[in-house]
Amino acid sequence: MATKILTEHINVPGIETFDVYRKQGGYTAVEKALKTMTPEAVVEEVKKAGVRGRGGAGFPMGMKWSFLAKPEGVPRYLVCNADESEPGTFKDHYLMKNIPHLLIEGMIISSFALGANKSFIYVRGELMYVIHILEKAIAEAKAKGFLGKNILGSGYDLELVVQPGGGAYICGEETALLESLEGKRGNPRNKPPFPAVKGLYQSPTVVNNVESIATTAWIVNNGGDAYAGIGIGRSTGTKLISASGHINKPGVYEIELGVPVEDFIYADEWCGGIRPGHKFKALVAGGSSVPILPANLALTLANGEKRLMSYESLSDGGFATGTMLGSGGFIVFDETSCIVRNTWNFSRFYHHESCGQCSPCREGTGWMEKVLHRIEHGHGHQHDIDLLVDVARKIEGNTICPLGDAAAWPVASAIRHFRDEFMWHITNPQEATQPGAVYRGEMALV
Amino acid sequence: MTTESKPTIQFTPERLAKVQEIIARYPEGKQKSALLPLLHLLQEQEGWTSPEGMDYVASLLNIEPIEVYEVASFYTMYHLQPVGKHVIEYCRTGPCCLMGGEEVYAHLKQRLGIDTGQTTVDGQFTLKEVECLAACGMGPVFQIREKYYMHLTNERVDEIIDELSK
Repeated sequence: MATKILTEHINVPGIETFDVYRKQGGYTAVEKALKTMTPEAVVEEVKKAGVRGRGGAGFPMGMKWSFLAKPEGVPRYLVCNADESEPGTFKDHYLMKNIPHLLIEGMIISSFALGANKSFIYVRGELMYVIHILEKAIAEAKAKGFLGKNILGSGYDLELVVQPGGGAYICGEETALLESLEGKRGNPRNKPPFPAVKGLYQSPTVVNNVESIATTAWIVNNGGDAYAGIGIGRSTGTKLISASGHINKPGVYEIELGVPVEDFIYADEWCGGIRPGHKFKALVAGGSSVPILPANLALTLANGEKRLMSYESLSDGGFATGTMLGSGGFIVFDETSCIVRNTWNFSRFYHHESCGQCSPCREGTGWMEKVLHRIEHGHGHQHDIDLLVDVARKIEGNTICPLGDAAAWPVASAIRHFRDEFMWHITNPQEATQPGAVYRGEMALV
Repeated sequence: MTTESKPTIQFTPERLAKVQEIIARYPEGKQKSALLPLLHLLQEQEGWTSPEGMDYVASLLNIEPIEVYEVASFYTMYHLQPVGKHVIEYCRTGPCCLMGGEEVYAHLKQRLGIDTGQTTVDGQFTLKEVECLAACGMGPVFQIREKYYMHLTNERVDEIIDELSK
């Protein structure tokens, strides 16, 4: 049986309540940390665990914690990024809705480790019903003495605040999130200074994803070494994967990192295979931002080995033949999917969500959407494909925040791997614009 | 400078108590952090985010009205025009489209007799397209206020509209 670190008890009836969560061993990690450990010791365990940021960046969480500046007399903040908005990703939604106390327990442990006495959970505003669930759980935890003043007699105080967003993908970028939390437009900040030095209200701040913070309860209970023993290589632990698209069993699955992509798609334990009568065409493995791969490259590395669900294996081959684990937004496309239409759809998303601060992103996302729209609608020119590649290249790396890269990669990768399909749209506009028309030329379906 | 006129909009006593509770969440002098929550509260009461309402929120937080306008217009959840009784926010992003989201949306538009951004003549429904709602495994999806409607089909859409039209 695969280890479940986050979802072991998620289907226990009533697990959203304090009492049932507690009966399943909940909040023992808070007791252990606050009564028997120093904050430094908690940081040390998280470092040993090697957990990497589960929001998509994959930066080691313990290292991020160790960067936090600790000037005398200045408050420090922990902010949980629950602005889950990356297309294809719905794991934090699932976790918070079903087992809110796991996040709260993680927030208490993490805040204690960082020396924060007021911490925030920034939840995208669309998930207002989840905000109510979290607020109820916080009230319960407070009533039981796990939040507020002098928690469990340890002398440690913590207040948790749940903050709603207003609807903006960009607020998933940590400095945009902090701006938003300060009641402003979600424009990402120039870095440096990094949030670890000047974050919320210009104070040292750590921003971590929901899933990352939720791992800390298990890590405190079982030790960082035990966590690092799960997974493969530097991809330690488990990962929540949000599976969607043309598979038999869409949903959120907790996997040990290192499972073959092929097993994840075809095993009954997970996606249960491609829907009946259809073939596997393409994969977006880590949310809409990561490069799309054709089926053969999704399953197999250039050297013929099986590709695994890990940070290293998914990125094997660089962008030429690889992709990224990202947020774990796993979108599966069968042969009925039009890659051009999907790429246009994603580029419309990034155009809509660009904050408008940096010209390459503000203008470039608009142009990519426009050009893709005309190709998809039968008005493309031969030179449009190279034009798209050119625009994508001019956005990438030239913006304050990674939204520009996130907008460029889906376009560049779709053209890299499905160029013939784009060309077919341009050379056969009448055929390509028929309802339900899909390119049926040569490609590797599985 | 803001003019000292009496606001035409007033929160209910319950909401005014909530406003105080929200402002108290943040450190002293950081009451502007309450802006997004207060705009949600305003829209919950008024149905939309009106200029008068934004001025009122500015006065509650002791900030300039422009600080509210620039924020309200940045985020997609605040309706800056009057809307119908039920605002349908329909996900138009990739994963939902793979599950037939575009076909179901065409049906919904036909059923309501309106296009994106419009409101039915009886004022019952406003239709908006939104980006990913983080429910991709349950697509197609739309949202009305706090409620998610998932696994949409033409038939399911008809049922929902029938139910809400009663």
